[in-house]
Amino acid sequence: MESFERFFRWLDDAHGVNLTIGYDDYDRARFVDGLLTTLELSAICILLSLAIGVLGAWVQGARSRVLRGLVGGYIAFFRNTPPLIQLYFFYFAIGAILPQLPGDGGLGRPLVSNFGWAVISLSFFAGAFNVEIFRAGIEAVPRTTVEAAESLGYSRLQTYLHVVLPLALRISLPALGNNLVNLVKTTTLAYAIAVPELLYVCAQIWSDELNVREMMNVVLVTYVAIVAVLVWLMQRWERTLRVPGFGQG
Amino acid sequence: MSTHAFRAALTALATLLVASAMAHAESALDRIKERGKLVVGVKQDYRPWGFLDENGNIVGLEIDLAKDVAERLGVDIELVPVVASNRMEFLEQGKIDLIIATMGDTEKRREVVGMIEPAYYAGGTNLLAPKAAELSSWEDLEGKDVCAIQGAYYNKRVSQEYQPNLVAFAGIPEATAALQNGNCVAFLYDNTWIESQLAGDPQWADYEMPLETEDPQAWAVAVPLDQLEGPYGDFMRETVTDWHRSGQLIELNREWGIQDNPFLEEMHEKHKSS
Repeated sequence: MESFERFFRWLDDAHGVNLTIGYDDYDRARFVDGLLTTLELSAICILLSLAIGVLGAWVQGARSRVLRGLVGGYIAFFRNTPPLIQLYFFYFAIGAILPQLPGDGGLGRPLVSNFGWAVISLSFFAGAFNVEIFRAGIEAVPRTTVEAAESLGYSRLQTYLHVVLPLALRISLPALGNNLVNLVKTTTLAYAIAVPELLYVCAQIWSDELNVREMMNVVLVTYVAIVAVLVWLMQRWERTLRVPGFGQG
Repeated sequence: MSTHAFRAALTALATLLVASAMAHAESALDRIKERGKLVVGVKQDYRPWGFLDENGNIVGLEIDLAKDVAERLGVDIELVPVVASNRMEFLEQGKIDLIIATMGDTEKRREVVGMIEPAYYAGGTNLLAPKAAELSSWEDLEGKDVCAIQGAYYNKRVSQEYQPNLVAFAGIPEATAALQNGNCVAFLYDNTWIESQLAGDPQWADYEMPLETEDPQAWAVAVPLDQLEGPYGDFMRETVTDWHRSGQLIELNREWGIQDNPFLEEMHEKHKSS
């Protein structure tokens, strides 16, 4: 550990590359916390947006016109507005009118934290796209396959869960991967409502230490690494789910 | 090539380099005059030092100072709104010629921009908090959510010394909205700004500045680092000294309705006789 820190000090002294996260404990702790927050935020949003996508795509095929209209409205709202504005809107506009929890000293405490709003906003944002991605997958499942399931006595829900969704998921995976990669990159917007994620802590560090250039590089490389891991996972998933003779063959 | 010719070429090259370096050092002031325009980075969310009036124009004490500099140079002025986290980069990149933007003079920042001495103003760090929060010492902040501004120089010191959980926003409107929504128990900021808000804005009637102002910090005007020791730096030093000597700063302070600042009185006394 000591030689590790010595290396980064030497890098600063000898070459003027000031990576404080290499030798300053406080900055390193901040950076690691930020990285963990980004990973946590990304993981929760990915899972929630997938759930929203599956559910939304199913409701889109419902008989009830009201339900279909609701999903349509949801998609229009979240797909047609910039995610940064959604975050601001939720945090400052909706957050201000929600009832408050009792806090200490008679002061109210907000019902939803900034992290909570980031999860809600980003999950619904990515979820809106996931609904459309799954719908494309569902529509690509041959009608005859669905009819075959129906003739075997499957209910609508059973057909959806056991036949349509598994096939649709396989068709949707490449597009889904794109959207999830985008979601991970969009978590940086939570910076605007002071969620201490990676970009937020790096901006704090470069404001305190004035090593903008170095930290910009660190942020970039870290995101390349995070997204690379996600892409690798998605590709493995795609391979595991592969059905010979279906889709990519 | 003979050694003689080579040496002559080398000398010529060295002369050229020195000449161009000198030209570079001298050019800023001339360039501004040639261009006929001084570009100044100022705050637009820091009433009454720099803020937007009802017509959308940037006005304030610092804008008056910027205009005074342009007047002394005999050029027009262009104001560029800046925030704490981008003003030094703007100056380094040449987007602006001068920073007059409530900027604290710190050791670290001196490595990046040319801080003009004497300082033109001084402020410290304090909190804006609802009276109901009943904060009485800095130690009370431990573990509490405290709103702040991204890139403020005291964020690191305060979070290390008193361990609040800082929730830092890009601008003052966001931070104060979060404070009023109850997302944080207090807003960590400059005492100067807090005083002016409490004095002038009814929305802060139930709020107070509960703590002792900490860490007094001189505010400096900044020029690009390579201009600090040139004619441009000299001109700015002379200008700021004159603001103190003539009492112009004290007058502006009063004009903009800011509480009397002991630092300004002290500087006026010091420079009056010179």
